[in-house]
Amino acid sequence: MSGATLPKYEPGDRVRVSSEEPEGHCRTPRYVQGRQGTVRKLHGSFRNPESLAYGGTGLPRQPLYLVEFGQPELWKDYKGAAGDRLWIDLYQHWLEPLNDRRISQ
Amino acid sequence: MSTHDGHDHDHGDGEPHPGMAGDASLGYYGTRYRAIEALLIEKGVCTLSEINAAAARQETRTPMDGARMIAHAWVDPEFKQRFISDPLAAMGELGYRLPDNVVDTPKITVLENDEDVHHLVVCTLCSCYPGTLLGAPPDWYKSLAYRSRAVKDPRGVMHEFGLDLADEIEVRVQDSTADLRYIVMPKRPAGTEDMSQEQLAQLITRDSMIGVSEALEPDRSPAA
Repeated sequence: MSGATLPKYEPGDRVRVSSEEPEGHCRTPRYVQGRQGTVRKLHGSFRNPESLAYGGTGLPRQPLYLVEFGQPELWKDYKGAAGDRLWIDLYQHWLEPLNDRRISQ
Repeated sequence: MSTHDGHDHDHGDGEPHPGMAGDASLGYYGTRYRAIEALLIEKGVCTLSEINAAAARQETRTPMDGARMIAHAWVDPEFKQRFISDPLAAMGELGYRLPDNVVDTPKITVLENDEDVHHLVVCTLCSCYPGTLLGAPPDWYKSLAYRSRAVKDPRGVMHEFGLDLADEIEVRVQDSTADLRYIVMPKRPAGTEDMSQEQLAQLITRDSMIGVSEALEPDRSPAA
């Protein structure tokens, strides 16, 4: 009922964002769902917004990570520079491990 | 754009809230806001004076608070380190106090721009904003156009604010989707070595702390 889920990822780990859309409110925008990124930082553990939104306790707390994506990999026809990045905060239960080496750069 | 996020805001018509019954001037979101407010009071979740106090509290913050802190960080490297590692504690050093009844303030993170990286902050899912340091967000920050374009075409958005960065500079968009709030620390412009902290603070605009622009050049400062 209480406590926090233990962190599974470290900075540098490659991850894929889940594309299984849950019903109702979530804080993972669709444009990163199914995409591959790199964990940059563990922010700490926070109550799960998908439970809080409906009056739940938000427990167990979920580890929250700063995850980096290459902009040209997120958007077809990205108009900026090749080195542009998107950083976003994602909860652990949305992340799946990727064991392959970095593809980009 | 049409998000109604506070009670005591100016509705543009100079009139106070006239009550919700059949008032077309409130519009869709205004009417919805009044309905939710009435339910919260009726169910005893909070009182009207608590709601008014929360709105008033938000209006005590302005972008000048963030600007003063960044100007201080520009001239004092040790303060800058403290500001980056714990902005709310650094606020306290400069005499800012959060009201006692504020709990669970979201953690604020400072994104420092330098020669290689320029940060731009957006909240694609709603309108998360470092209100503790900057007050209420501008309407465009909450607009669907900004929220969708800032992630997809950040350089195009910055161009419309008058900023064109070289391709060698990494544009790093921060989407604030969760429990943290982000403020950008713009680069200190050249030619400002002799300026006082008060003069420097005038160069640090709200837009430069969101990242759609840089700090003003000294000759463009309103105080210059």
